[in-house]
Amino acid sequence: MAAKPRLYYFDGRGKMESIRWLLAAAGVEFEEEFLETQEQYEKLLKGGSLLFQQVPMVEIDGMKMVQTRAILSYIAGKYNLYGKDLKERALIDMYVGGTEDLMGFILMFPFLSAEDKEKQRAFIVQKATSRYFPAYEKVLKDHGQDYLVGNNFSWADVHLLEAILMVEEKKSDVLSGFPQLQAFKARISSIPTIKKFLEPGSQRKPVPDDKYVETVRRVLRMYYDVKAN
Amino acid sequence: ILDGSLLFQQVPMVEIDGMKMVQTRAILSYIAGKYSLYGKDLKERALIDMYVEGIADLLQMVLAFPFSPPEAKEKNLDSIKEKATSRYFPVFEKALKQHGQDFLVGNKFSWADVQLMQAILEVEEKIPAVLSGFPQLQAFKTKMSNMPTIKKFLQPGSPRKPPADEHYVETVLNIFMR
Repeated sequence: MAAKPRLYYFDGRGKMESIRWLLAAAGVEFEEEFLETQEQYEKLLKGGSLLFQQVPMVEIDGMKMVQTRAILSYIAGKYNLYGKDLKERALIDMYVGGTEDLMGFILMFPFLSAEDKEKQRAFIVQKATSRYFPAYEKVLKDHGQDYLVGNNFSWADVHLLEAILMVEEKKSDVLSGFPQLQAFKARISSIPTIKKFLEPGSQRKPVPDDKYVETVRRVLRMYYDVKAN
Repeated sequence: ILDGSLLFQQVPMVEIDGMKMVQTRAILSYIAGKYSLYGKDLKERALIDMYVEGIADLLQMVLAFPFSPPEAKEKNLDSIKEKATSRYFPVFEKALKQHGQDFLVGNKFSWADVQLMQAILEVEEKIPAVLSGFPQLQAFKTKMSNMPTIKKFLQPGSPRKPPADEHYVETVLNIFMR
């Protein structure tokens, strides 16, 4: 029996969360090693496990993979969540690029000062409702299918659901005005593997808190100030 | 934008095979896949993706450089030099040394080689002696330069763009600041 993928990251969302989502969506069980101390991190570095000295790192199929995008692409390809041909892959890549940019604005959020948080919250909502959500709303409206690409469940659907839920955490009614996305959210949330991931007790991580920020800063010696967009 | 040609209201946008593609990585992946520059299987693709993403992080620093304020430029330049020589170049130097092949992945020319070549040349423009201490990369650079399609692209008159100058920075800022 093949070993389960093993995720190396902090005990929190960050860049690893999209990988957790995709593995869960694909019904793949995985293990996690949480970085809590500088020593653990240095050990990984010294051991040569981190190609560019960074996490996320995922041990999967005999590889020590780094670079979030590379890891996600591999998982999507392996578990048939990447479309049926080059053109469908192109669409999935485009859509995922958009949701990645949107979630990127939220990634740094916990590290901002209280004042910058308010500015960033407004920025996130503005970008979501004027740039990203309209694009996906239109895609769904135009083809009238359940999934974003090729009438088949794919990485793009998982990523969009993750993004929707994250933005809703910043503004709970952000989907008003996006009926297609509301229906999409309900549909995708009820897919068995996703439903399971959304239940308490799953490996989904909660909204980052101060403890998470402290851990990251400590382990990475990241003591500089993070600026808002 | 008003045309609806830009999915997320951004460029780059490339019209290719009946699609209006946006998102740089998506476009690059499509081209690599279409023209067999993406390895022979999922694992080679994974390796190419890892390399390409790492190099993209380095190139992002070079990309942002012309837009940084004058007082930050020296610090940013030092940052580029430090990251290039201690984080990125050593990885590719090691990979080339270990397998002794001409190309980064699968003994075949791929997107990863092109991306690395671009990064080497663009970092060298900012830090001319940056490859000293990287003999494998020096040899790699020479080999790549001699590949016919790359050689052609490096010649004057090709669509290759020069380093960003003040005029370029102004143009970009004017369009986005409207």
